[in-house]
Amino acid sequence: MQNILTKDEYRKYVEKVSPKSKLLRNTIRAFVVGGFICIIGQMFNNLLKARGYGPDIVSTITPIIMVFLGAFFTGLNIYDELGRFAGAGSIVPITGFANSIVSPAMEYKSEGYVLGVGAKMFVIAGPVLVYGISVSVLAGIIYYIIK
Amino acid sequence: MAGRRIGKQTVKLQNPVNAVSAAAIVGPKEGKGPLGRYFDMIIDDELWGETSWEKAESKLTKETFSKIVTKARKSNNEINCIIAGDLLNQCIASSFGLREAGVSFLGIYGACSTMAQSIGIGAMMVDGGFADNVVCITSSHFCSAEKQFRFPLELGSQRPPTAQWTVTGAGGVLLSNQGTGPCITYVTTGKIVDMGIKDANNMGAAMAPAAADTIITHFRDTGLAPESYDLIVTGDLGIVGKSICDDLIKRQGYYISDRYNDCGVMIYDRERQDAHAGGSGCGCSASVLGGFLYGEMTKGSLNNILFVATGALLSPTSTQQGESIPCIAHAVSIGKTFG
Repeated sequence: MQNILTKDEYRKYVEKVSPKSKLLRNTIRAFVVGGFICIIGQMFNNLLKARGYGPDIVSTITPIIMVFLGAFFTGLNIYDELGRFAGAGSIVPITGFANSIVSPAMEYKSEGYVLGVGAKMFVIAGPVLVYGISVSVLAGIIYYIIK
Repeated sequence: MAGRRIGKQTVKLQNPVNAVSAAAIVGPKEGKGPLGRYFDMIIDDELWGETSWEKAESKLTKETFSKIVTKARKSNNEINCIIAGDLLNQCIASSFGLREAGVSFLGIYGACSTMAQSIGIGAMMVDGGFADNVVCITSSHFCSAEKQFRFPLELGSQRPPTAQWTVTGAGGVLLSNQGTGPCITYVTTGKIVDMGIKDANNMGAAMAPAAADTIITHFRDTGLAPESYDLIVTGDLGIVGKSICDDLIKRQGYYISDRYNDCGVMIYDRERQDAHAGGSGCGCSASVLGGFLYGEMTKGSLNNILFVATGALLSPTSTQQGESIPCIAHAVSIGKTFG
């Protein structure tokens, strides 16, 4: 048996012996749960349309409901279990965005409402907001120029 | 060379240093694990009546300390020094938990290697005649560690199979120059080993070379063979790190597989308890030592063990800056009889 001497050799060795995530299983779970969350969203969408709301209002109310549900189930200690099972399936939909804001708010409550909840609330969602807003501003400028 | 030093990194103690009592308090998940019945106490919920995870962890340290002292039928006045550490920033679990003890306090940090580090320092103090009674204690808490090192608890995220689960628990021992109990005989202080692993979700692989290095150095320094021990036990390498460590040692010409285990592997039923690669944290090796291993040694089912606690010396900042993970392992020989 060869002795492992260099960092490079060791890195390759570790890659070989470390178990990999179960890609197929995780993908199927993410697909099913993510799809299910989208079906719920679509359900509210159809329900609101059937009640005679216009498309603008429907596309505003539906995300509000979904964000509420994401926050609600985070508060009930259920969303993290769902996330452990579904991975990206529950992170990618808008409910996951709500989870990423509510979970640090809950966690840092012990440091008070200003330096805890207030300051730490966007510790995970912050980058999404910064780059999401920046890109949309950029897209808006490009659209304005080439319109 | 100083009289007690042998080899490159080892100290051979000359006077008896007995571990006269030990205790461990763990969280509910650890209590449901295979070693559940060996712990002194299992708390029902992870907040344990406190208002924050950090306070709960301090309480673990405080109550474990009082159990250790009570079990040895001693009072706080008879303790010359407490050597303690944990994973929280500025080691607040130890300092806040022990602020009312009224005993000389040395706070130390060796990440998850702290238990062996504190026993090593404590044993040298007792051996050198600087103290009669020293309490060595460490703790970790799943929730406070997640908060500091990873993500909020309620965030719905997935862990890779190599990730480990921080043990909620505290454990410790009382070292004394009198009384009876397993003896500390050798202390091999580890050196920092960094093999370039950057993945904080594969801590076992990062720490395994440090553990292997310390174990091999211990054999070389002391001239002992693996057969001198009934059990060689690493702190929290988990299933991935354990097999790497075993393999690295084999490549150096030592065979320990038949007497080698890891506290992180022992503390959880990995299949049933969703612990992925196993347990980690200061409290992992501390509670397994204070609960299971100490119990087995006093019963006589184990005579000589080599206790090797392993630590990853990273911080959330160093990980974010893309640094690799420097690791360390300290070994202490604990034997039924001195010599």
